[in-house]
Amino acid sequence: MNLNKMQPATEPILGVNSLCKSFLGVKALNDIHFELNKGEVHALLGENGAGKSTFMKILIGLLKADSGSIYFKGEPIENLDVHAIIQKGISMIHQEILMIPELSVAQNIFLAKEVNRAFFIDEQVINQKTETLLRSMGIDIEVSEKAKNLSIAQLQLVEIAKAVSNEAKVIIMDEPSSALSELEVELLFKIIADLKSKGVSIIYISHKMDEIFQIADRITILRDGKYIATKNTKDLDKSGLISLMVGREIKELFTAKELPESEVILKVENLNKKGRFSNINFEVHSGEVLGIAGLMGAGRTEIARAIYGLDNFDSGEIRLKGKKISIKSPKDAIAEGIGYVSEDRKGLGFIPELSVKQNISLSSISAYSKAFLIDKKEEQKAVKQIAEELQIKASNLNKKVKYLSGGNQQKVVIARVLLAKPALVILDEPSRGIDIGAKHEIYKLIRQLTEKGLAVLLISSELPEILGMSDRIVVLSKGKQKITLTQKEASQEKIMHYALH
Amino acid sequence: MRYINKLRHYGIFIVFLAICINLSLISPQFLTISNWTIIITQVSINALLAFGVTFVIITGGIDLSLGSIVAVSGVTAAMLAHPNTYPLIVPILAALFAGLLIGAFNGFMITKSKIAPFIVTLGTMTIGRGLALILSDGRPVSNLSDSFVFIGSGKLLGLPILILILVIMFIICSVILNKTTLGRYIYALGGNEQAARASGIMVTRVKMMVYSISGVLAGLAGILLTSRITTGQPNAGAGFELDAIAAVVIGGTSTSGGKGSIGGTMIGVLLIGVINNSLDLLNVSSYYQQVVMGLIIIGAVVLDSLNQKSNY
Repeated sequence: MNLNKMQPATEPILGVNSLCKSFLGVKALNDIHFELNKGEVHALLGENGAGKSTFMKILIGLLKADSGSIYFKGEPIENLDVHAIIQKGISMIHQEILMIPELSVAQNIFLAKEVNRAFFIDEQVINQKTETLLRSMGIDIEVSEKAKNLSIAQLQLVEIAKAVSNEAKVIIMDEPSSALSELEVELLFKIIADLKSKGVSIIYISHKMDEIFQIADRITILRDGKYIATKNTKDLDKSGLISLMVGREIKELFTAKELPESEVILKVENLNKKGRFSNINFEVHSGEVLGIAGLMGAGRTEIARAIYGLDNFDSGEIRLKGKKISIKSPKDAIAEGIGYVSEDRKGLGFIPELSVKQNISLSSISAYSKAFLIDKKEEQKAVKQIAEELQIKASNLNKKVKYLSGGNQQKVVIARVLLAKPALVILDEPSRGIDIGAKHEIYKLIRQLTEKGLAVLLISSELPEILGMSDRIVVLSKGKQKITLTQKEASQEKIMHYALH
Repeated sequence: MRYINKLRHYGIFIVFLAICINLSLISPQFLTISNWTIIITQVSINALLAFGVTFVIITGGIDLSLGSIVAVSGVTAAMLAHPNTYPLIVPILAALFAGLLIGAFNGFMITKSKIAPFIVTLGTMTIGRGLALILSDGRPVSNLSDSFVFIGSGKLLGLPILILILVIMFIICSVILNKTTLGRYIYALGGNEQAARASGIMVTRVKMMVYSISGVLAGLAGILLTSRITTGQPNAGAGFELDAIAAVVIGGTSTSGGKGSIGGTMIGVLLIGVINNSLDLLNVSSYYQQVVMGLIIIGAVVLDSLNQKSNY
């Protein structure tokens, strides 16, 4: 530690200027400014998709910025890779833990910086050093325990210890308390206070307002990839913070409408899955868009996956048009008339090596087959029609889907789902990662589909999208259904309020 | 550029043609009908195994039990094919059934236990070999009926029966892969298993089918081999699976799944056959032939991966 060469308090240890980053033409970060003082806990806040993760990935060297500069102790670091940045003294505690399961706590902490004696790793020294380190931080974990036997909370503490052992001057914590019990959170805060007193700076990312007000010195807010403000925590209250996070004018992108009473298509009753969601109840009517809002980890996708038969659930009933249905696989769901457009387009959406046509017909190919043989003319006809309706810009239906843009890939997935003639479609983050033009087309399409009587379950992290498209909105928080708002009642502040509690 | 991309698609076929043209210039015997009859007859058994394992590899799996299935079905057929016992159809059906059974067992274990196909089929490879030895008591089963031996050595319409069977199986397998829903599901499953499941495909059923098809084709190969060598050998077929996999890989089927064709596999099989044949014609020692074959396998995959990269 070079406490002797301490810089003047006014000089930030880390400074970020005009940082920009685009993915496939979509601006993920636009002109970001940020500074971090020595010994400061600085919270970074923003909705899902505000650009926090991208920003942090650039800081730690996992991504390269398109433009802008990052200074660490007055030295530019924007061109360094992860390894060099860790060497400089910036460490990140990732949300997903990166430990080697078969190695011990001590071996993990000293990974890639083992202490050797005559070609052999000196396990004793490593264990002793780890023991001292953990005790000094007040962490009570056996140093020889294998990482695979630790709880997520314990792993997180070990990650922090590892950052400390790297003599990190800046530690980035991404939702560190999400897996911790109250007692463990207390320990975490004690560790943070301790680090602070030693001059270590912390960037703290969290959705939990109470925590932020408890430990942060300053707060920087991002929204839609833009820098909004940096405030002293003591100058802010909760509602002020929420309005900074969501406070954008709602453009007239969307046109929700008043809905006459119509047939109930989907009815979910008392759906439970341990540790994921509990006591979920809602209905989706013909021609209605029911929005599901909530933060990451609120259980939105888990509910969708359970309804579609991708995962099982513990208890509860699903009724389609009044009939109780039992869905064991997506095949059953499709046969019953449920379609699902996943948030994970690459993982669950399309088959990259198959053509546009083959992808679109995949869920309904048996309808175009006679005695196991595919009637390729019928297939072509059906696919061509739906592709035209969705304005899929594949000059050639025989092009492989992997060569299309994100927006067109998404349309291919939607076309596949629609071709199976569903009564209900679940759209999970349908506009994620696609450009604004394609977004509008998808909104228009949702509108057209509901006019034809289709029921839509819309899951989205973008509040304006869910507010603008939904007739009613269910707000989830930590797997629980908090409230159902009508179009008229709903506002960004209200949704955020329920989603955060 | 598009033209070049098209050409790449037929890369291995062009290599194959180039080798054939070269050989016909070096050796006048090469392009004769009798020489080609020999080549195709020699590769027919490997071709059947390679067709089956093409299905498996397109789904992203592997089948190492093929050689052992050949032995089990061959011994089974031979035991039921003694003169003046059962009609010809009995040993044939029994041998095919034996292949189906082992293939279905592979599929069942892979889908139910979630153990990697490599491990499961490695296990059945050993189990199959043991079964063949148990059935035959470790001895070759000879004294086969004339009609059974006729399958492997006779001619119909002027063509060896082996070649006729090969052509029929080639057509059936191509149709399954290109024109049926099962074929479409096989490519989808290999391309992205999770997305295939989310699209409503019964992944388990497709995998069962694929390993069963592979087993039946290996069963058929066992019948043909036994008929050709006129004995049921419990030690027959050892290592055949590797030749079959080599042909599939040379034919451009990706071992990570989602891509490949029966046509490509046929080219792979013929390429192996032609090279062995020509090295024979040129009096190259069989020791060198193995080295050449290994280099060709690696070369084909390198060629393929280079194409992949330049596509991006």
